[in-house]
Amino acid sequence: MSDSAKDLHSEHMVINMGPSHPVTHGTVKFLLTLEGETIVDMKVDIGYLHRGFEKMCENGTWEQVMPYTDRLNYVSPLINNVGYALAVEKLIDIDVPERCKYIRVIASELARISDHYTNIAASGLELGAFTAFLYFVEARELIWDLIEMMCGARVTSNYVRIGGIKNDLPDGFKTKARESFKRCRQLWADVDKLLTKNRIFIDRVRDVGIMPPDEAIAWGFTGPCLRACGIPYDVRKFHPYLVYDQMDFEVPVGAKGDNFDRYLVRMEEINQSMRIVEQAMEKIPSGPINVDMPEYRWQSKDDIGNRIESLIFHFKTVIEGIKPPKGEIYSAVEGANGELGFYLVSDGSGKPYKCRVRPPCFPLTAAMPRMVKGGFIADIVPTFDMINMIGGECDR
Amino acid sequence: MIPDLIESILKILFIFGVNIGFFSPILGWVERKQSALMQDRVGANRADIFGFTIIGLFHPIADAIKVLTKEDFIPDGADRLIHTIAPFVSLTPAIIAFAVIPFGGQYELFGHKVNLIIADLDVGILFIFAFASLGSFGAVLGGWASNNNWSFLGGLRASAQMLSYEVVMGLNIIGVIMVYGTLRLSEIGAMQVDLFDWGIFLQPVGFVLFFTCAIAENKRAPFDVAEAESELVAGYFTEYSGLKFVMFWMGEFLEIVTISALVTTMFFGAWHLPFVSDKMLVDFFLGFAGDNGATILAMVVNIITFFAKVVFFIWLQMTIRWTLPRFRYDQVMRLGWKMFLPIALINIFITGLVLLVK
Repeated sequence: MSDSAKDLHSEHMVINMGPSHPVTHGTVKFLLTLEGETIVDMKVDIGYLHRGFEKMCENGTWEQVMPYTDRLNYVSPLINNVGYALAVEKLIDIDVPERCKYIRVIASELARISDHYTNIAASGLELGAFTAFLYFVEARELIWDLIEMMCGARVTSNYVRIGGIKNDLPDGFKTKARESFKRCRQLWADVDKLLTKNRIFIDRVRDVGIMPPDEAIAWGFTGPCLRACGIPYDVRKFHPYLVYDQMDFEVPVGAKGDNFDRYLVRMEEINQSMRIVEQAMEKIPSGPINVDMPEYRWQSKDDIGNRIESLIFHFKTVIEGIKPPKGEIYSAVEGANGELGFYLVSDGSGKPYKCRVRPPCFPLTAAMPRMVKGGFIADIVPTFDMINMIGGECDR
Repeated sequence: MIPDLIESILKILFIFGVNIGFFSPILGWVERKQSALMQDRVGANRADIFGFTIIGLFHPIADAIKVLTKEDFIPDGADRLIHTIAPFVSLTPAIIAFAVIPFGGQYELFGHKVNLIIADLDVGILFIFAFASLGSFGAVLGGWASNNNWSFLGGLRASAQMLSYEVVMGLNIIGVIMVYGTLRLSEIGAMQVDLFDWGIFLQPVGFVLFFTCAIAENKRAPFDVAEAESELVAGYFTEYSGLKFVMFWMGEFLEIVTISALVTTMFFGAWHLPFVSDKMLVDFFLGFAGDNGATILAMVVNIITFFAKVVFFIWLQMTIRWTLPRFRYDQVMRLGWKMFLPIALINIFITGLVLLVK
């Protein structure tokens, strides 16, 4: 640097990125200190979408928590439903019928597919690839149609129940799913062509937001972001729940842990999830979808109308809530973003004493400064997209 | 004298009408419809008059009404004067640049010579460059005067990017000038009668580079780092609303037209049809239209040919814009200085070598 340049008075630019900024969707604020375009420092400010989920849970019965979980990761609500139901069932020690497990697997995987679609689509959009965005939105629409067919809602699904599910799969679901997947695969191939081999896209995401594996573990990474670092940790494989141990699927891993690896891992997981859904639809046995434990799961409407025991249990569970035994439990499922854990404490009453959620994107968001410091403002875009921070889940 | 005046006024009205009256409103619609087509959507079709939507063509009118009735907002602490001037600085050069682009050849009508170019400057290309560079002041001033950090960053990016790409663009032009031996755009156009005299065959590398640089100069995707909506909100026009915003926007669209016209003139045979010379056209029409009639018909065919080519390049730019993601700022600069500049220099060298050997 020449002397005259040294004498020039210059200072860092401190700038608020968010909470209302196109890139900070999910509502978060970055306080950036910039030197030109380079990020010198970054502070992450979360909490703009805090709704007191955990406190709300304490004021409702165990059953009433279910719709709240829809609003955690609102892109893949079915996984939250399943995660919460599994946690409560673990607390009570319920083993749901086989058919129910399969349907839950199908639901979770559909939700995962739609989450990955949304994530990749939005990343493309923010990097300027608007066409890729709309291709995946079309694919997501097909998946949402399936979800709507399954549970009647597209986003706020509220499908799973403690000890069962709301309703069985509708007629013709299998055929519809096959047709949708066919189109989804075409769209996947189109987006793959538009992005994966696109030099501009690769330049934007490769070697950006690198996280070494050891640090990723230290930060508490899980899910696609951890797998992108080369660590094949997947709750579905390491602590199989439902019927994942009977499914044939692979866990894609990345090599470097940069945004490109995260993108590739997600793209491949879409395929693997489709495989799981197809297998589950093949293998699904017939049988009941709810446990026969009237103190925890309502009997059928027919029984409630005709059998006095069912009516009493129905009355008791609706008014007072189901009463799991005293105790505490941690149960995790593989959410679309990583390990989605529920820590539940029961004092034996009809309401949760404590319902704590381990959101997968909280540690990821916390590591944002580590990943973008020294990079450019433009690097925030793909990095923040690829950690897929969902405000509802992160702030709760 | 009087015929000259009438001719000039007619030409100015024509170009003005085509650009301001046709291209700039219609391109907004085209962009919406084309992106919709590429993305399996329907696109703009809501604006209607008595239930008629005519494939969304009322949208430009609806937009115009909306824009005219919007509040003209100037943020606190902004430099009011410069903030107001900036959009004019951005739009005016885009309108003026078309003055030196020929949209047809030279004709003899009723004993009066008609030259289908508003101002036949002998430094036509340089004139366009001068005015294109002036346009970048609009972005810089707008970004600087808005008193907003995002605008400021956008303005800085815009100025750096436009300066760098102007250098490469200028060097590309040198290849064309060497081949045709003139700076006058009407002469360059007139020389491309034979298909294999078109610039695309004489300067293929120059064409690719020039077209890319021109898109970059116009700051459209994939080079839209200056307005990068996901990074800088809207870049240098973050703090603009209403008509002033639209002036930036119109400037951008008119530059698309200018770039297409320039590329057509220099590389794609200007107003000539491939394999059909002007003389053949006139001879063909002479059979049934008489002397002046044949000339007029030939003139019309030439103008249509020219604008058809322009429309093709507009389409090409739109397709590129809706296909590719955005570069990062440093990648844009690296591409300009480290890739395009050396290639442009090598191109000049090889062009010179070929000319020397010939």
